[in-house]
Amino acid sequence: MSGLKIVVLAKQVPDTRNVGKDAMKADGTVNRAVLEAIFNPEDLNALEQALELKDRVPGTTVTVLTMGPGRAAEIIREGLYRGADNGFLLTDRAFAGSDTLATSYAISKAIEKIGAFDVIIAGRQAIDGDTAQVGPQVAEKLNLPQVTYAEEILNVKGNEITIKRRLERGIEIVKAKMPLVITVTSSAPDCRPRNAKHTMKFKHAKTVSEMQDATEDYLQLYNSRPYLQIPELSVIDVQADLVQLGLTGSPTKVKNIENVVLQAKESMTIGNNDQEIEAMMVELIKNHTIG
Amino acid sequence: MNNLFVFCEIEDGQVADVSLELLTKGRSLATQLGCKLEAIAIGYKLNDIAQQIIPYGVDVLHIADDKRLVHYLTLPYAAIVNDLFAKEKPQIALMGATSVGRDLGPRVSSALKSGLTADCTSLMIGNHEDKKANKVYENLLYQIRPAFGGNIIATIINPDCRPQMATVREGVMKKEVFNVAYKGEIKNIDVKPILTDADFVVSIIERHIEKRKINIQGSPIVVAGGYGVGSKENFKLLYELADVLGGEVGASRAAVDEGYADHERQIGQTGITVRPKLYIACGISGQIQHRAGMDESAMIISINTDPHAPINAIADYAITGSVSEIIPKMIKAYKKNSK
Ligand SMILES: Cc1cc2nc3c(=O)[nH]c(=O)nc-3n(C[C@H](O)[C@H](O)[C@H](O)COP(=O)(O)OP(=O)(O)OC[C@H]3O[C@@H](n4cnc5c(N)ncnc54)[C@H](O)[C@@H]3O)c2cc1C
Repeated sequence: MSGLKIVVLAKQVPDTRNVGKDAMKADGTVNRAVLEAIFNPEDLNALEQALELKDRVPGTTVTVLTMGPGRAAEIIREGLYRGADNGFLLTDRAFAGSDTLATSYAISKAIEKIGAFDVIIAGRQAIDGDTAQVGPQVAEKLNLPQVTYAEEILNVKGNEITIKRRLERGIEIVKAKMPLVITVTSSAPDCRPRNAKHTMKFKHAKTVSEMQDATEDYLQLYNSRPYLQIPELSVIDVQADLVQLGLTGSPTKVKNIENVVLQAKESMTIGNNDQEIEAMMVELIKNHTIG
Repeated sequence: MNNLFVFCEIEDGQVADVSLELLTKGRSLATQLGCKLEAIAIGYKLNDIAQQIIPYGVDVLHIADDKRLVHYLTLPYAAIVNDLFAKEKPQIALMGATSVGRDLGPRVSSALKSGLTADCTSLMIGNHEDKKANKVYENLLYQIRPAFGGNIIATIINPDCRPQMATVREGVMKKEVFNVAYKGEIKNIDVKPILTDADFVVSIIERHIEKRKINIQGSPIVVAGGYGVGSKENFKLLYELADVLGGEVGASRAAVDEGYADHERQIGQTGITVRPKLYIACGISGQIQHRAGMDESAMIISINTDPHAPINAIADYAITGSVSEIIPKMIKAYKKNSK
């Protein structure tokens, strides 16, 4: 079998797992500046599945596709250091404010632009939203079958692929045909570390915008080694319809955000009487601790 | 037309708890909106499924029964739901935030371009004023959920696109039969014109699903009892509170040693570790070995006759009193104030 063409969808996310006291601003909005930007954990599991397929099927190429601001190029470099072949940064102001539906639309247009592929692999969900929607929605937009909650790709033969899924209370083994979309859960193997050779090779990989800040001899370097250029894709490049992007393309709107106050523990003493117990229960209902 | 729909998940002929919880919530939202509650059941050999579903106050139950639908598969299930929603134009559609609902929901919402909010912890009806467009939207579904690793609570709305879709996790909402003798209409879906061979490109070749076990670690609310509960009989109060709030029951080692609860419920160093949204410690002193299994709970309530019990030092609310007096008061207050 000739090699597979794999696209890995990866997102740069704020590390919401280690949120300190200063994560919230006084006005109740998230202080993104203090949260470290990381490779979404399950997207690393997805990358590993892609790299394993590349190990197994000679001639396979792995492309990392990231949608985000300019600094998300970091995710593509990280992918290259670990063994991906190339990457694209999907970036445009018009994407700002997109919900999962508008995001999936943009990503599906970018995948169409990148061209022929056999497998699209994404993490099941991103830790900044936990929605698990983008994978299935991209599949729907591209009219492809999907296999979600994948833990292991067991076998690839011809255009047939066998996948183990991890569900709440068990497993399921499914057989599917390529092309398809796979989303990978955190119970899948961790991603391999950076490879020293690849890290050397791609150390200076940069997007066009990043290159504009580069010095003269870097420009020469990029001309002689075109693989160091990370292509950027804009709305125009992927021929996306502006109406389906950003806030206008997003059916869901955020009406209101409340800050969950993580204050130092100070116990409230509640007396053994109906009034005080009722006041406590009302407060717990109001702050959504109980439904 | 424009009713509220709940997708019912079925495993081994049994409707999943999360679906029954959504039917319960759906019933009260539908009443508030003055619309009908409709349910969708897809599977094989669903002869007695109506008896499980209609008593939750379901006005119309749509059933798609076919051998090929015995287990959940994305494409055929999505094709049936899309077809039904295109005809019926629901205003609201709810699904469980399970591996099924989170696979199906986004697929359907993408096809209908309707938007979807995952993992809601609360659903309410309310209005929305769009000041820029100078327009007031009435009776929208407020889809309330934590975001950013639980650091913020966001209220999401869906002003213009229908259905307003949301998924909700198991155990977040309560489950309550509306009327055992409720009269609902059954509509059988003819799947032949809907399904194509292409819908079956993904096939299941093996499946190992364990029978339901208690799932304390996955529960957002844990009501745990200790030696101070006093008897196995008194432990029933804890089950009652957990049931009302949509939680699970845990225990300290002393309570397990006394035979008040099974070992699989033991929380602590030699038991399981839990991190629920709410931990209610009933008659538990709070020794370090116990705290090791629960001190990362987002909120802790302690009920203890001893105002100086060590657990009170890490509790957000410390109630001084006996378990047998306090719990009934909490249940009463909850029932009075929850919608
Ligand atoms: C190696 C090791 C491992 C251990 N692992 C675990 C573990 O995994 N989990 C665990 O829980 N423990 C564990 N323990 C045991 C632990 O040290 C404590 O003994 C145990 O947690 C005590 O349980 P308790 O709080 O229910 O009982 P007690 O300490 O006896 O406390 C009972 C509490 O109930 C209160 N009370 C009495 N009557 C009432 C009433 N009517 N209403 C309300 N309150 C009342 C009392 O004031 C008291 O605070 C371990 C111990 C060791 C040495």
